[in-house]
Amino acid sequence: MDGIYSPGAASRSLAWATAFYLVLPILIVVPVALTDQRYLSLPQDGISFRHFATVLSSPEWLGSIWQSFTIAVAATILSVTAGTLCAIGCWRISRRTTELVRVLMLLPLIIPSIVYAIGLYRYFGPLGLLDRFLGVVIAHGVTGIPYVVITVSTALAAFDPRLEQAARGMGASLSQTLRWVILPRIAPGIFSGAIFAFIHSWDELVMVLFIASRDVFTLPRRIWDGINENLDPAMAAVAVLLILFTLLLLLADRALRRRNEG
Amino acid sequence: MSAAGRTGAGWWLLILPAFLLLVVFYVAPIAQVLTISVTEPELGLGNYERLFTSSAVQRVIETTLRICLITTVLALLLGYGIAYAITLARPRAQGWWILAVLVPLWISVLVRAFAWVTLLRRQGLVNNALLGAGVIDEPLPLVWNEFGIIVGMVHYMVPFAVLPMLASMREIDPRLLAAARGLGASRGEVFRRVFLPLSLPGVIAAGVLVFIFSLGFYITPAILGGGKTLMVAEWISLQILDLIRWGLGTMMATMLIAAILVTLLVFSRIVDLRRIFGAGA
Repeated sequence: MDGIYSPGAASRSLAWATAFYLVLPILIVVPVALTDQRYLSLPQDGISFRHFATVLSSPEWLGSIWQSFTIAVAATILSVTAGTLCAIGCWRISRRTTELVRVLMLLPLIIPSIVYAIGLYRYFGPLGLLDRFLGVVIAHGVTGIPYVVITVSTALAAFDPRLEQAARGMGASLSQTLRWVILPRIAPGIFSGAIFAFIHSWDELVMVLFIASRDVFTLPRRIWDGINENLDPAMAAVAVLLILFTLLLLLADRALRRRNEG
Repeated sequence: MSAAGRTGAGWWLLILPAFLLLVVFYVAPIAQVLTISVTEPELGLGNYERLFTSSAVQRVIETTLRICLITTVLALLLGYGIAYAITLARPRAQGWWILAVLVPLWISVLVRAFAWVTLLRRQGLVNNALLGAGVIDEPLPLVWNEFGIIVGMVHYMVPFAVLPMLASMREIDPRLLAAARGLGASRGEVFRRVFLPLSLPGVIAAGVLVFIFSLGFYITPAILGGGKTLMVAEWISLQILDLIRWGLGTMMATMLIAAILVTLLVFSRIVDLRRIFGAGA
């Protein structure tokens, strides 16, 4: 609002207090991860990187990081492919039925993951998908679809439908129109959706608690066990690494959007 | 559109993969949950009877509703303050404020719960600092109770509260506020009689969003509640994983879905739900 009208002191201090409340507790893990002590504490005689060394040389942590990463990549591919095509189809057809399809696509955001998790626990048993890479990829991929549908639909809203009609009118096939006309225009939306779907899978814990146990042991699962069993500074080091990774992904998203706008 | 008629089939095919994935791997498992709730341990509404007869079940529901309502009110209050500041800030400052809201939103919920445990536990940083400063003699019970759950949940929900409120505040014409001031209204009056009523749709949307997200929240309450204060999601997990009482667990899961859908249905008359979830923009 360009400062035409400025807020009063009370609302200003409430806003600052809230911002501190949101950000400071997260930042506290940084000094704790750098502590020179063996237990969770602030650094006393100086900072030390040994807890990062512990994590980065532990086959358990590295194994979980790798597993989470490969699962997230596979799930993202699934979400992006299905979500993008669905968003394009709904946008182009745009009837009452497709409105219903869109609502269906939003269900995973609305229904708590605990309900889905216990459902999957029972459903995957007979299918032999419990504690399998494929099972977790399907669960994460399906629940990642909404993020892609939302970002791609938003990108499509700014796309002139006459371009698509022109392409078709000049004899382009459906797949040619998709590849040469529609997809290049909505690429930033797809990319944003991919980042959100990736973070969704990378951070997901509730489903994993139910449908995976030994062979599939993702990073959130290992953090969960760590918080419940042994609170040590290595956990803080993992937290810092995760925060850095998330920031990196968000910066990539921002940079890409800016490049496309500018 | 005649073109749509001719080429319709191809476009429908694009929807098919997502539709099938969702029906086979999302809707079917959830439908199974609903079915189990009336078929195990025996056919009938026996599990639902517990809603009226079991005090344990009632206590969980009561605790959940209480925590969710407190969380929603606090998240709306804090979120409103920050959304208001963002709306009235200069564009340069706006970027920083929005960053303060969005970065926590995308940082792992586990990392945030862990940070709160570090701060609030008995030998945590807050208690140590207060003991060191001589403010208290005994460590305060800040976590593994309802207080800890609420601190962590509000922290998680504030960004979700900010986004819908911000969207609705941005539609308010700033000249209205300047005009009200020019016509002699005090700062408080401008806020109360112009800004607040105009931002109300966003507040309601934010309230619905935070409330339904809080109802089924699992991770933060489980970590910061320490197993003593049980909310619905953790109770369900306990029934299924530890007590193997599928009937009761799925009954509560069904009630959870019902509570969320009813909330959405009631408020869909007041606010545009698609706007809450940012779809079909």
